[in-house]
Amino acid sequence: MAARSRFPAGLALDTHKQQACGTPIVELALPAQVVLALDQGTGYGAEPVVAVGAAVAMGTLVARTDHPFASALHAPLAGTVVAIETRAAAVAGGRSVCIVIAGDGSDRVDDGVTPVPDADALSPDELAQRLRAAGIAGLGGAGFPTATKLASARDRRAQTLLLNGAECEPWICCDDALMRSAADDVVLGALILRRAAGAVRCVIAIEDDKPAAIAAVTGAIGRRRDDALTLEVIPAVYPQGAERQLVTTVTGVEVPSGGLPADAGVICQNVATAAAVARWATSGEPLLSRVVTVTGSGVERPCNVRAPIGTPLAALIAASGGYRGTPLRLIAGGSMTGRALPSDEVGLTKAMNCVFVATRDDIGARLGAVELPCIRCGDCASVCPAGLLPQQLHRAALADAHDALRDLGVRDCIDCGLCDYVCPSQIPLADRFRDAKRRLDEAAATAQKAADARQRHELHMRRLQEAATAEHRAFEDVRRRVRQPGDDPTDGAD
Amino acid sequence: MRFDTSPAPHVIAGYTVPRVMFQVLLALAPAGIAHVALFGPGLLLQLSVACVTALLAEAAALRWRGRDAAPALRDGSVLVTAFLLAFSIPPLLPWWLGALGTALAVLLGKHVFGGLGQNPFNPAMVGYAILLVAFPAEMTRWPVPMDVDGTRTWSELARMSFAGFCGADLAARWDGYTGATALDSIRNGLGLRYTLPELLARGDIAGTFGARGFAWINLAALAGGLYLVSRRIVRWHIPVAVLGGLLVPSFIAHGLDPGIALGPTLQAFSGATMLTAFFIATDPVSAATSDRGRLWYGAGIGLIAWIIRTWGGYPDGCAFAVLLMNLAVPFIDRYTVPRIYGRQP
Repeated sequence: MAARSRFPAGLALDTHKQQACGTPIVELALPAQVVLALDQGTGYGAEPVVAVGAAVAMGTLVARTDHPFASALHAPLAGTVVAIETRAAAVAGGRSVCIVIAGDGSDRVDDGVTPVPDADALSPDELAQRLRAAGIAGLGGAGFPTATKLASARDRRAQTLLLNGAECEPWICCDDALMRSAADDVVLGALILRRAAGAVRCVIAIEDDKPAAIAAVTGAIGRRRDDALTLEVIPAVYPQGAERQLVTTVTGVEVPSGGLPADAGVICQNVATAAAVARWATSGEPLLSRVVTVTGSGVERPCNVRAPIGTPLAALIAASGGYRGTPLRLIAGGSMTGRALPSDEVGLTKAMNCVFVATRDDIGARLGAVELPCIRCGDCASVCPAGLLPQQLHRAALADAHDALRDLGVRDCIDCGLCDYVCPSQIPLADRFRDAKRRLDEAAATAQKAADARQRHELHMRRLQEAATAEHRAFEDVRRRVRQPGDDPTDGAD
Repeated sequence: MRFDTSPAPHVIAGYTVPRVMFQVLLALAPAGIAHVALFGPGLLLQLSVACVTALLAEAAALRWRGRDAAPALRDGSVLVTAFLLAFSIPPLLPWWLGALGTALAVLLGKHVFGGLGQNPFNPAMVGYAILLVAFPAEMTRWPVPMDVDGTRTWSELARMSFAGFCGADLAARWDGYTGATALDSIRNGLGLRYTLPELLARGDIAGTFGARGFAWINLAALAGGLYLVSRRIVRWHIPVAVLGGLLVPSFIAHGLDPGIALGPTLQAFSGATMLTAFFIATDPVSAATSDRGRLWYGAGIGLIAWIIRTWGGYPDGCAFAVLLMNLAVPFIDRYTVPRIYGRQP
């Protein structure tokens, strides 16, 4: 193993994980209705292949896609498609077209769902295709299609599959619960993914604050007797589970700025994704459900739930004993990077690892925050896991100075929120940087549009010129023909 | 149910600017106690006039600038400026000079640049430097500390401090009770061709480990400073670099010529050394930003202070060292940007 080098800084946070983690995973009874957002969190949607009124069974394909960043969707329960319409969803922008399926209470399974006879006999390419067809996507929070990542890993000949069981964000513990209860699935999925990625070794990384998960995974690895499959216990520090930071902790190599982990020879997958792959391999079941943490002071009994994708969050919260006190924010994800949702009618997405119902007890300090001027204390720089100077970036962001933003590395910001968390002036830095990135994107898009328009204009002018030249040449041809002595009927008549 | 959709992160550490500032004031308490015990209650008089003036000047400046004064008065930063200035000036200073220095610190040092977070110079040092240049006699007259002469009582110091504060002519009644600071006396002595061991042997300049009076203030400021470092309110880079920049050259020079060069212990425990290292140079607004930049910045302050103490026209030089390095901050920041993760050095 390479010499250990750490990513810059980071911070040990209050994890708040004990709230949900004490009890076994709750299997949610099938909800009456599911709301499947075509965009499952990546910003790219699939295309519906069913119409309103269609009867579907468990595992029926309801939306397909060729886009590398979107994933196919399958009906997680048997019933009827009752609506395909734009609804509130847990995605950027807050709305997505959703397929709404009303369950009929039966457990009919689609005929296409059959156990994969021998996953080991499939080539890496076939494996990736089958995983894409099964709609398997990153369950760690990004929802990125697994097959697309596998393809980029094979293109770059990544040698290491890094299975992310760090789960560093406060409040979230669904991966912990899964590793404790289904470590063999995690390991089986890891081996399939290792082959599909063309990697030679697999490292499962778990933070040292999860001793039970570490013990379970150690046992599962022991049962496999595979020298190229190891466990790495890593320090519990936020944001240890961020892809780039994890790569550095485990391999000692940094992911190049603007590059992918595969450029450092590593492909990262979440432990829950591996477990979903194992589920697919043993039963043929596409991705129909996931484990999600339901927690926060705003729910009665925080717990981890296995629930069908598309389950309305209200049903998840009901399964956790319902609301308690005065819930102020419904957050998809943890306290540091989670997205606050407008309503509890949105459906569970593949990317959603946590439903955090926050009350004043949880987020009171943020609610009472008063922004003061930056005093250049540098606390933000001392915790930034990307080695940035957030205070300088903030000045550049306020001035909308695009060159300075780029030089200071706003693109290298991983949006972990730590600068914001420690800022004594309570400046919403993370949001300012998100905004700055968006403005950079817009400026790039505008510049691209202008360049396109200029090129179009130039080509247009060239075509006009060519047409004029051609016309002129044709005219000249005619004139030459007209003037030619032999052809001229009047010629020689004189 | 509907919910509000504010952006992440949804939690903050809650360690706010006012809390930071009040921790700094708290950490000054040991040095304040030592100061009052050794030099009389003049510090308390100076503190009160500085705090009142600072708050008034801050409120007036914000009013003139059309800003809301309430949050700025509550953030505590102007009180830190007032405290640092009051600790730097002699406890005998007439009240109007303390008030003038504070008003200049807040107005010229801070608000002409745009207020909190915008000032390139340490405001307290701006006020101090102006007073020192404009009123050199008043600014170098200190009470003879309690640990020099056991026959003087604290109540005498108290009466003298009050007289000085009110602007009475101290030479008339209190001659012999006032004098130059230890660093000043050493400077003058060396100028009269005494050797350093001769001067130290007199006993009225230096005690067991540092300058009379100031040794204990420095020790107490060191304790307060270490508290700030332990609470991570101040990071270690600047204090360590300031002390390194001052003590390493003095160690070498003292080794080369113990007859005239002050040794590192005397340098560390005299004048404003510890106050500068832990409280003044560490003002984040006017300091360099990166860890590496802060090492250069602190080392520059220590080195310049040593140069001024050794060859300059002023006995201490910490204030000028800080102001000069404040000037260098944009330059230091430009060349000490840390390497971003995933980028080539």
